[in-house]
Amino acid sequence: MESLGVLLLYPVNAYLEQELDRRCRLYRFWESPREEFLRAHAGAVRAVVGNANYGADAALIDALPALEIVASFSVGIDRVDLAKCRERGIRVTNTPDVLTDDVADLAVGLAIAVLRRIPQADRYVRAGLWKSRGDYTLTTRFSGKRVGIIGLGRIGQAVARRVEAFDCPVNYHQRTEQKSVYPNYTYYPTVVELASNSDVLVVACPLNASTRHIVSREVMETLGPKGVLINVGRGPHVDEPEMVAALADGRLGGAGLDVFEDEPNVPEALLGMDNVVLVPHVGSGTYETRKAMADLVLGNLEAHVLSKPLLTPVV
Amino acid sequence: MESLGVLLLRPLDTYLEQELDRRCRLLRLWDAPHDRRGEFLRAHALSIRAVVTGGGSGAGGDAELIDALPRLEIIVCYAVGFDHVDLTRCRERGVRVTNTPDVLTDDVADLAVGLAIDAPRRIPHADRYVRAGLWKANNGYYGLTNQFSGKRVGIIGLGRIGLAIAKRVEGFGCPRTRQQAYPNYTYLPTVVQLAAVSDGLVVACSPKEQSRGIVSREVIEALGPRGVLVNVGRGAHVDQPELVAALAEGRLGGAGLDVFEAESDVPQVLMALDNVVLAPHMGSGTRETRKAMADLVLANLEAHALSKPLLTPVV
Repeated sequence: MESLGVLLLYPVNAYLEQELDRRCRLYRFWESPREEFLRAHAGAVRAVVGNANYGADAALIDALPALEIVASFSVGIDRVDLAKCRERGIRVTNTPDVLTDDVADLAVGLAIAVLRRIPQADRYVRAGLWKSRGDYTLTTRFSGKRVGIIGLGRIGQAVARRVEAFDCPVNYHQRTEQKSVYPNYTYYPTVVELASNSDVLVVACPLNASTRHIVSREVMETLGPKGVLINVGRGPHVDEPEMVAALADGRLGGAGLDVFEDEPNVPEALLGMDNVVLVPHVGSGTYETRKAMADLVLGNLEAHVLSKPLLTPVV
Repeated sequence: MESLGVLLLRPLDTYLEQELDRRCRLLRLWDAPHDRRGEFLRAHALSIRAVVTGGGSGAGGDAELIDALPRLEIIVCYAVGFDHVDLTRCRERGVRVTNTPDVLTDDVADLAVGLAIDAPRRIPHADRYVRAGLWKANNGYYGLTNQFSGKRVGIIGLGRIGLAIAKRVEGFGCPRTRQQAYPNYTYLPTVVQLAAVSDGLVVACSPKEQSRGIVSREVIEALGPRGVLVNVGRGAHVDQPELVAALAEGRLGGAGLDVFEAESDVPQVLMALDNVVLAPHMGSGTRETRKAMADLVLANLEAHALSKPLLTPVV
């Protein structure tokens, strides 16, 4: 695919960038001002590679007349204008499956970390307080807590399998119940009902028009002063200002957050809170998984160039 | 058991203390200043029939204490580990000993798994990074970490806690965990073999003289630069100076530690490392479990007072 003009929107991964450079005709979007770049190279770009935060929106698609494929280095493609792609006949691929385990691990890791206050206890030790003040405060048990999952897709199912091993009853909400597939999990037709019957609420659904702010003030208040919210989906799944206020007031017990509405900006108020664990969108951020994701992006581009079926098409 | 004279060695738990005060004749060792403890014991020796200890290194119940209490009938440990109690002396004197097994199994296993995920995925470090404003300052950059799912987990000691850990990690697709029974600690090579085939090694064995230093330099090096050590057993199980050096030099990939050779002393070198998670011996530190432990302590005392079979005797 040496002649394939690929526009990389951001330096998302060194290995991916090296391979794209080696195997294609690589353009780096961040190296020159946008307008200058488009004037010079727009016609040569046949493929765009972005990630969770940098996608091919309508404006960019319109500016690239030769665009054939958008291969996202992410599973979530809420930053890609799918309608526009369909209109133009542009293919879209993402990176499902290869990152499922890592994101599920993070969700469970965050849930245990929040309930048992592991990062806070680690800070306590590093500040010398174990020595000067004695034992750390008591926390609450993770095993057996009711886990409610919004979206029982690949990631949601992987979270469910993991927490089952901790004897956590699993509840879920999504558009349709799938009783025969998940006889052991309890379905709730609304997110509020799910929150009402859960101690830990995990966001694991895709972001689209109907799931924006699916975790509303009402949902968080129903989850309650002992409830914990875990977001490994997208920041906009949650009404962020409401969440910050609820956490500050104690109307929501705690949160483990991998994503935020405007990354890498994290609401100031959260930075000083002791009942939250904050991580910088690391759900798929392991050496193993990022390499697998990069190979999947490259595999999709190659399939496209060879007119073979795409490996993981979305459109 | 109103007439039962009970000596509480240190403040352990408010609920436990209140109940002991209410239901027995409670004496608090810390009412006397350190240098007057001998006097205190002499003054009350004839009325003390029971001693309640905590757990961890230095928790009390040694020969000196036992010898100072001629009327001592039972030592009740608010802990599952009883390495701090001189069992030989107890047997000689006909003093019964109880501990608190089972009720804390889930919490310790949860913490072990939490540490096993948090250490390679660097969750506490990532949380510090975000709180320090570095995610924003570095334009959304955070490095990659190591995957947890599917890694080979070796468990030293497949007792109650070890089994509970094994059950949990299987939910993450970690291959059949290997157990290493260690009737004789001298079988170092076998633990080394375990380490050589494990990505993560979890110490979950009970504290016995034979298991002192079971995680030696050789074991640590067999675990290697990508290996992770999790210790929820006893600090004494690990050659601590070797561990610290290996972590600092990168000969061991990372560690999650809930216990240390001399608690609450944590080596300064560890406090500065990013590849470790440090916890202040909080394996059983949840409100749910500590209440269950307290109730078990009280029930054992009551059984003893009523000459009924002890619930959880060690001796």
